[in-house]
Amino acid sequence: MDLRVEGLSHRYDDLEVLRDINLEINAGEIVCVIGPSGCGKSTLLRLLGGLEQPSEGQVLQVGEPPEGSLNPLTYVFQDFALLPWRSVEGNVSLVLEGHKIPAAEKEARIADVLERTRLSDFRNAVPKQLSGGMKQRVAIARALSVNPAVLLMDEPLSALDSQTRELLMDDLIDLWERERFTSCYITHNLAEAVRLGHKVVVLSRRPGLIREVVEIDMPLKERTLSNPVVAGIQQQLWDMMRKEAQAADVELAG
Amino acid sequence: MADVTAGATPSPSETRPVRFRGGGFLPKPRRIIGFITFAVILLAWELGSRSGVIPALVLPAPSEAWAAFMDLVRSGNLQKHLSASLWRLFLGFTFGSILGLIVGTAIGLNSLARSALAPLVSAIFPIPKIALLPLFIIWFGIGEGSKVATILFGCFFPTVIATYGGIDSVDRALIRMGQSFGLSRVDIIRKIVLPAALPAILSGMRISASISIILLVAAEMIGAEYGIGAYVLLAGNLMSTDQLIAGVAMLSVFGLTVNYLITLAERRFLAWRN
Ligand SMILES: Nc1ncnc2c1ncn2[C@@H]1O[C@H](COP(=O)(O)OP(=O)(O)OP(=O)(O)O)[C@@H](O)[C@H]1O
Ligand SMILES: [Mg+2]
Repeated sequence: MDLRVEGLSHRYDDLEVLRDINLEINAGEIVCVIGPSGCGKSTLLRLLGGLEQPSEGQVLQVGEPPEGSLNPLTYVFQDFALLPWRSVEGNVSLVLEGHKIPAAEKEARIADVLERTRLSDFRNAVPKQLSGGMKQRVAIARALSVNPAVLLMDEPLSALDSQTRELLMDDLIDLWERERFTSCYITHNLAEAVRLGHKVVVLSRRPGLIREVVEIDMPLKERTLSNPVVAGIQQQLWDMMRKEAQAADVELAG
Repeated sequence: MADVTAGATPSPSETRPVRFRGGGFLPKPRRIIGFITFAVILLAWELGSRSGVIPALVLPAPSEAWAAFMDLVRSGNLQKHLSASLWRLFLGFTFGSILGLIVGTAIGLNSLARSALAPLVSAIFPIPKIALLPLFIIWFGIGEGSKVATILFGCFFPTVIATYGGIDSVDRALIRMGQSFGLSRVDIIRKIVLPAALPAILSGMRISASISIILLVAAEMIGAEYGIGAYVLLAGNLMSTDQLIAGVAMLSVFGLTVNYLITLAERRFLAWRN
């Protein structure tokens, strides 16, 4: 299933946040969105998944979601959004309980996603006992359990320390290599964008409009930290963003 | 080299450990000390009465109150008083809390309910419910109805306020998470909103439990044959202060018991907090 964004604009009362966004998120690709703070990245993601209604334009689903998908558009949040009173298993089962699936299948889905995110040993732990990286893995397991067509991720790594981020980034790359999931990935970390994105969408400062879409057709596995091509693209993105970021910073401060 | 570093370190007389200043402000309950406080007060009181420092007319000795209590046990009336009071308390508290939960949840989640009911609740909450007892007697009769209604009303309002306050402070990110996974409205309320509001709801229940004991006694003092309140009132009228103290002590035990039950509930349901 693809997502197509057509002429999307959004405003909060007098505040124009997004202007005329046109974008394709094709099956099997990760689209990274970067832009200065406050430019409307999170708003764009909420519009993509139907958590908010756009002032103008529309978001279209193209094609059918995969067989067995319980929630085609699924989020992974920056602050994890785990229920503190439920165990790891309970947090995953929360999103399966409302669907009419047999108990055995539910159990199988839980076991499967915990296995895939290497959490099987922590089934009965509660969020408080887990490190930040593990909490985000639980959130990713929960998202995978409903077999989403598109994963909508809003800065999923930015609440984590840099080493954990690096590890989880490797996990995400492995996961994509295995499953070729489709994703819209918001970040303001350029390094993340160039490591994960098949397309990197650069937004301008508010009102956010698409400044540039950079396609990177190098296999994810080859994009190591020391790869000069990757570094070059990152530099190129930063050159594009620098002025916007500076201007946005002054706007917010002033 | 060694000389240079030696010169840089301060002389020994200036060396001292950093003073610890991070302590305090973390009171920990020590159960035994609570019991000791009770024991010391009772003992002093008993000794005071026996030695004549506290005149028997002013305050009877704890042992006399105990004797009055044992009389009550032997007469077989204890059970009648207790069961009458507990039944009223149970009915009033249970139904008051349930209704309060329902209305509080409606106010917490629904704009119409909030606009219509929140001001009403704020207006009626501060009225001492006991002032309404005569009205309740007219509406619900002099018997059990008016007493239960008083307690029910007294519990209802604090529960409403605690519930919608708790719901207001539920992390919106969790609700949005529920919506993003397509959970039904009922499931979001049952599995996300209410569990998250439970700490506030339980502390509201602590308050409403105390209020209901106060109202129980007040209601029983107005026209009841049996009940702790009636017993205390009768004792007062006869100036038998030993019975009065015995009755009041029973009320205090009521309060402690209810508090303990709520603490148990908190331990059971809110274990995830610590
Ligand atoms: N619900 C809302 N009501 C009013 N204004 C909002 C709302 N949500 C966001 N905004 C405003 O819209 C603008 C864009 O917000 P958004 O959160 O989408 O930015 P962002 O690009 O995700 O920023 P950041 O990099 O800080 O995460 C901000 O100026 C914000 O204050
Ligand atoms: Mg954001």
